[in-house]
Amino acid sequence: MTARNVAAIASLSLLGLTAACTSFYEVPIETPIQAKLDVGAFRRVLVAGFISGGTDDVDANMETVRLLRSQLRTKTNLRVIEAEVLPLVQLAGKQAQSNAPATDGIAPVGELPASAPPASTQPPAANTPAVAISAEDKAKAEAIRTRKDLEQYERIFADAAFWKKLGEEYENPLIITGTIMFTPQQTARYETENRETYDQLGRRVVVPTRTYRERKGFVLEPKFVFIDGRTGATLYSETQRREVLYPLSQSTPALASYFELMDQLIPDFLGALSTQKIRGSRILLR
Amino acid sequence: MPLRMFVLAAALLTVAVPAFADAREEAKAQVEFGIKAAQNELWKEATYRWEKATQLDPSYAEAWNNLAIGYEYQGRFDDADAAYQRALKLDSKSALIRQNYDLFKEIHDRTKRRRDR
Repeated sequence: MTARNVAAIASLSLLGLTAACTSFYEVPIETPIQAKLDVGAFRRVLVAGFISGGTDDVDANMETVRLLRSQLRTKTNLRVIEAEVLPLVQLAGKQAQSNAPATDGIAPVGELPASAPPASTQPPAANTPAVAISAEDKAKAEAIRTRKDLEQYERIFADAAFWKKLGEEYENPLIITGTIMFTPQQTARYETENRETYDQLGRRVVVPTRTYRERKGFVLEPKFVFIDGRTGATLYSETQRREVLYPLSQSTPALASYFELMDQLIPDFLGALSTQKIRGSRILLR
Repeated sequence: MPLRMFVLAAALLTVAVPAFADAREEAKAQVEFGIKAAQNELWKEATYRWEKATQLDPSYAEAWNNLAIGYEYQGRFDDADAAYQRALKLDSKSALIRQNYDLFKEIHDRTKRRRDR
């Protein structure tokens, strides 16, 4: 056997080996991600309202309620209750006031908006006088600028009697509430970037350069609280954080940034209630 | 005596090698069938075939890889993790199995983080 024959046989067997090794098939796959909450016991969902703070440019409470209701309507099997949005800041403010004298535990909020609508998925009468908002409450609501400001209001989520009463009025739905912080942010720092130049001989040269950059944008920090309307107990809560920054020269409306950030958060939010599918591909081998 | 041992070993080999080859051939047929089923979106059937293939030949890394994908499709993440690890143990140099496992891990870890939150 000549050396040429040996080489031919070797290369043929190598080719065969390679062919055998590369027999693969790419297949699309949908990986199911189980819901974090078992909502089988609920047929209805009430997005009650949120304690919001940060910028005044966006009414984060109203916008979040609207957005979540529309998402729940289209992406889950739950019936969404169209009710008046609760003025949670004021209710929580009242709770904080009544809690001010040295009492043990959390004082109940007690009073719900005077004319809570009947349990239906129809929009309630628009004349619902939410809660008498005092000037002091208003000032307090306006004062929510940081997460720390928000903390004093968060006790309302532990007031089981309040949520149970609300649940009874809407036929024991799953109640979704929480807090939303939407705050402007500005950063200024040196950033390294690669700049392309051409030398005298026309060769492409990449030079790392440090540039001082100022950016502005927003941070969105929602905390979603899921409450059992039958018992008033918190079933699950999760806090998220997303931020977006733009060049200083770019003028982006706050509402546009809010929706941009909420778009990123919605899959995670829905993942708490329903099975989500992640699309991808995998390689099957022979 | 050594001659007897040699004859015995040779006899064992002549029986064992074809038996192993048969098992691999049978497992390959199952894998092939499973791939066809998966391509037609019959993932339960495909998973069943790959389970059979790994039972027939537990050293068949490709079958474990496919089985892991089948489990992944059904949301059986712990089983998928174990199957991927078995596949990688058998063929640690396979870039394709590694790639599948990395993609799976990304989703699996994210789900775990969300559950723990």
